[in-house]
Amino acid sequence: MSRLDVKKTYKLYIGGKFPRSESGRSYPALNKDGEVLARVASASRKDLRDAVRTARGAVSGWAGRSGYNRGQILYRIAETLEDRAGTFVEQLTASGSTSAAAKKEVGQAVDRLVWYAGWADKFAQIYGNLNPVSGPFFNISAPEPTGVVGVIAPEEPALLGLVSRLAPVLVPGNTTVVLASESVPMPAITFSEVLDSSDVPAGVVNLLTGSKDDLIPFLADHMDVNAVDAGGATPNQLTRVQEGAVHNVKRVVAPDGTGQSPYRIAAFTETKTVWHPKGL
Amino acid sequence: MTAEITKPSTAPLEWEYATSREATDILDLEDKYGLFIDGEFVKPKSKSYFPSINPATEETIAEVAEAGEADVDAAVSAARRAHTEVWGPMPGAERAKHIFRIARMIQERGRELAVLETLDGGKPIKEARDVDIPLVAGHFFYYAGWADKLEYAFPGIRPESLGVAGQVIPWNFPMLMLAWKVAPALAAGNTVVLKPAETTPLTALLLASIATEAGLPPGVLNVVTGAGKTGAAVVSHEDVDKVAFTGSTAVGKLIQSQLAGTDKKLTLELGGKAAHVIFEDAPLDQAIEGVINGIFFNQGHVCCAGSRLLVQENIHDRFVDKLKRRLATLRVGDPLDKNTDVGAINSRAQLDKINELVESGQSEGAEMFQPDCVLPDRGFFFKPTLFTNVAQSHRIAQEEIFGPVLSILSFRTPEEAVEKANNTPYGLSAGVWTSKGSRILWMADQMKAGVVWANTYNKFDPASPFGGYKESGFGREGGRHGLLPYLKWSES
Repeated sequence: MSRLDVKKTYKLYIGGKFPRSESGRSYPALNKDGEVLARVASASRKDLRDAVRTARGAVSGWAGRSGYNRGQILYRIAETLEDRAGTFVEQLTASGSTSAAAKKEVGQAVDRLVWYAGWADKFAQIYGNLNPVSGPFFNISAPEPTGVVGVIAPEEPALLGLVSRLAPVLVPGNTTVVLASESVPMPAITFSEVLDSSDVPAGVVNLLTGSKDDLIPFLADHMDVNAVDAGGATPNQLTRVQEGAVHNVKRVVAPDGTGQSPYRIAAFTETKTVWHPKGL
Repeated sequence: MTAEITKPSTAPLEWEYATSREATDILDLEDKYGLFIDGEFVKPKSKSYFPSINPATEETIAEVAEAGEADVDAAVSAARRAHTEVWGPMPGAERAKHIFRIARMIQERGRELAVLETLDGGKPIKEARDVDIPLVAGHFFYYAGWADKLEYAFPGIRPESLGVAGQVIPWNFPMLMLAWKVAPALAAGNTVVLKPAETTPLTALLLASIATEAGLPPGVLNVVTGAGKTGAAVVSHEDVDKVAFTGSTAVGKLIQSQLAGTDKKLTLELGGKAAHVIFEDAPLDQAIEGVINGIFFNQGHVCCAGSRLLVQENIHDRFVDKLKRRLATLRVGDPLDKNTDVGAINSRAQLDKINELVESGQSEGAEMFQPDCVLPDRGFFFKPTLFTNVAQSHRIAQEEIFGPVLSILSFRTPEEAVEKANNTPYGLSAGVWTSKGSRILWMADQMKAGVVWANTYNKFDPASPFGGYKESGFGREGGRHGLLPYLKWSES
């Protein structure tokens, strides 16, 4: 008699824990032939609020770490992702990627994390500088993290898209609430397990699966979210984000692919300028 | 021989100052101003004009055109054409020379600009003359030099101009806000449609004529005067690529919502309610001067004004006493008088707003102090005011008053100071006074504000980026950072 395999329950990732949605709802993740691969949690408005609250609580700890330390943790995520490459290739293949494309995507996602890991203790040297003011003052500008950032991950590529949008937000010390790919959610959920075993402090990344159309208005309107990366938003969803952003003057980044750039880090920073007189 | 000994007088010292009024005959003003579109002053298609008054006398200085939608459209078309045909293709080194030349002519006509700024806006002539106008020239000079060096400003990118920038500026620093917006926009290769505030349009029009005299090609800078409707027409014009706004958070949010669903780039420099923190070990006399400058500079019409004073509890009473004594020496009155420290409130509407908030402070239970000073009979004036016994929940501790009104709170520990300092939706600026170096750096780290002044306050420089966190807006103006909002780029 063949052995019955044990299937995973795909849940949310909030505050370093894996809860089901408080709504008790889930939806089916389908493969390329329309067959049900698994059921995943449908996050509710309350789940999103919980995620924002835990993200807010994690800001000072994450932002307070040294760039060197954040860089090492990002590198550790890359290591763990590489280690579990097989699982991601399986999941991406099940969702319709060819095996070669899936392998390439996982490799690129690992490399992207390594690339951003190296920025964590350097980007402030690129964006910050001493300002030569006309007076006896020490004057310096340096970037600081914006705070809590909502990340709307692209539908596809489900893993590389998520990693490409998430990593630059984490680099300067922001914490995040991520809305995963709705159509290919499993790699994101498995990625949250990678995060959980890579020394990422609880609450720094909170990952929700569910209906983007349902969740985006709550994310966009939330008064304790400082910025939204709408990288995976449709034009209508982007407009909804921009409208909600008005309530507390959120910074909004529009979709612009899944490339890598230090200017993606800069988009989630605030430049602080400090003056001090010089004198005897 | 007996020496005659004169006994010293026991009468109190008189601190009356003789009037020292700046002459206004340097100005050569028109009765009526058109819109500045495509290199010349034109009559508005709207056929509508409005008066710009002197807030210190309530007299009309000149009639100014009110741009309607058709006028704004003409200005945007002129800017687009100038961007496509002239300013966009022009080598950076040539653009630089144009901007340098404007900077030099601003210096040359600085006195004229300063007098008009004071006349139209009510700020003390010593501030317009010594702060605003020198900084204006400085901004043009600073950004002129960037025009042919953009590829060195940000590593790894090939920068390009955006196109037409629509810029809406406030009345508190009419020329300086113009310079903050126009200089980097032009340096980055954009053309501009500028909407000055309706109460202070005159210096922008004078600058437009200076720019023409300096040989700036037609259409590169257009000035459309008017009120909120004109501003709305500028920011919502479909051929504007970039919107930059400085003003209230309420209007900033309106603009942000108007731009939702478009791909226009936006920067917002909005309100503030800056915490100004005084530790027990601060150099108190210097701190007093910093606090005075922080809240009474430009009648407190300053988005980064240090309007929430946080004083460590054990020095609170002593510090407040000193502050009250210093308040009594401020000279309030005719902005054109070179002795004046606190000039006129910019408009009747702003005076009403200050009065309303000050009344709320009294009715909510804070204790008000105003020095015994005489205000002019005419014009809009308000006594330098401070409130003690202020709670964090009071409106005067939460809302931007934008007037010469200081709210004073106290704290015990540095942690409490930070907690209170950051307890606001704003995040534009903050100040801290202490003799301890490590505490300065710790406070500077902790305070969520775009500009932190340590052992100084309200210092500005063309090379120094300025802009807010949270609801104080986004984007930076000034310095290298100030170029970025006016560029698009590709990466190699």
